[in-house]
Amino acid sequence: MALYSDKVMDHFRNPRNVGVIEDADGVGEVGNAKCGDIMKMYLKIDNDIITDVKFETFGCGSAIASSSMATELIKGKPVSEAMALTNKAVAEALDGLPDYKMHCSVLAEEAIRNALDDYERKKGAEGSPQVNEDYGKSEGESRN
Amino acid sequence: MIYADNAATTRMSDAALNTLIELSKENYGNASSLYSLGQRSKEVLEKAREDVAAVINAQPREILFTSGGSEADNQAIRSAAELGKAKGKKHIISSAFEHHAVLHTLAKLEKEGFEVTLLPVHEDGLVRPEELAATIREDTALVTIMYANNEIGTIQPIRELGAICRERGVLFHTDAVQAIGHISVDVERDNIDMLSASAHKFHGPKGSGFLYFRKGIRLTNIIEGGAQERGKRAGTENVPGIAAMATALTEAAETLSERAKVTQEKRDRLIRGLREIPHSALNGDAAKRLPSNVNFCFEGIEGESLLLLLDDRGIAASSGSACTSGSLDPSHVLLAIGRVHDVAHGSLRLSIGDDITDEEVDYIVKNVREVVEYLRGFSPIWRDLMAGKKQFIL
Repeated sequence: MALYSDKVMDHFRNPRNVGVIEDADGVGEVGNAKCGDIMKMYLKIDNDIITDVKFETFGCGSAIASSSMATELIKGKPVSEAMALTNKAVAEALDGLPDYKMHCSVLAEEAIRNALDDYERKKGAEGSPQVNEDYGKSEGESRN
Repeated sequence: MIYADNAATTRMSDAALNTLIELSKENYGNASSLYSLGQRSKEVLEKAREDVAAVINAQPREILFTSGGSEADNQAIRSAAELGKAKGKKHIISSAFEHHAVLHTLAKLEKEGFEVTLLPVHEDGLVRPEELAATIREDTALVTIMYANNEIGTIQPIRELGAICRERGVLFHTDAVQAIGHISVDVERDNIDMLSASAHKFHGPKGSGFLYFRKGIRLTNIIEGGAQERGKRAGTENVPGIAAMATALTEAAETLSERAKVTQEKRDRLIRGLREIPHSALNGDAAKRLPSNVNFCFEGIEGESLLLLLDDRGIAASSGSACTSGSLDPSHVLLAIGRVHDVAHGSLRLSIGDDITDEEVDYIVKNVREVVEYLRGFSPIWRDLMAGKKQFIL
């Protein structure tokens, strides 16, 4: 049996939505180089709809495939739906991941949630300028 | 396909394969049986023992056939530990980047009350003889240091290490799995008391290996049962596999110096080419390494994705990244030579065959460069490095 499903290999070989959004409404980064996986997600959100999403990933084949699939699953979707995306849904959409690679799908879920949190914070900061100092701080922390 | 993973395993040579097939078909008798079919197997077995012994300058009775390198390592270390224990010696010296067949056996002995000291291997991947000399104690039962490293290919100063052990009266074992059949190994010249080898690393079959043990060393059994191998290794002898190993080893020894010379030239061409890739580094000493071994780290990328994309381009290689080992930590070998995690994840090992051409070497260089550039193109680490938000390590 092959290491990965055909779907994983397809998303690994031809990753969708690779790149950067310079004026992103939300950016999320998770993982660390020590463990060998870092994912960064950029979101463009208009009227509560994710109109564009891009990612950058340092990691193994399943990390790249998980990032790619996760972006496909949330593109064009309302924020609430993206917020509900689970790592299981990412793994299932890829026709499964080996057990020891499941953490890659967890990273994808977390990266998206992180980016959405960033978006909510920025939105909140715009709406209520009196608290933007605190928001700035927590944003920095969440991006570690 | 360009097969550049000969340190993992090799293709069997035609001669070894013929031996294996012929004996399996025609000479299937049990070497312990009295009838002539069995006795012919016994003859084949003992001839193989003579051939193997001759290659490493040993006596036939000093060769014990095993299932491979791991079993030989286990038995050598376990035997030395038992001999030491009987004399109240419970200290063992090894190196930080041994094969897990050695490290895990030592970890088990630690639980049984042995004390283990792992010598550093420094940035060049080499043990210092003076550090060994300073580490040997009155109660040191064994020194076990690999001949050549399986990941970065560095060749240890075995003769000097062996001489120190000889002088201090300590048993010296070497895991020579990567060395045998590729560089000259002589148990007399190199002052070796015990040595492990595995057939499939030198174009022999899998499941066949041997342990050299100097005359007078009492072995402890790992496998109990019948009286095969003079009672030191039970189980019906794998005669076809053993004979095929002898065929492969004899063949390798006859062509060794010429093959080493040719392969080394290709290796150095490969190293020169890969060094051109920015922010990369060769792992291990450039000269004191196996003729076939090239091992690099590329900053900003991860090894498994590199391997998968190279596979798509017809190149079979390996990596010490965590993802290829199934654990969170990258290779203990790369960590032992001081590579930090971030960089160790981006490693690539190419162990070339002696039949590789210049064109194939250049093809590898071109494709590694392209794949590394491609992966760096969407690596958030690489972006931070290029933006100056992070310092380059390599």
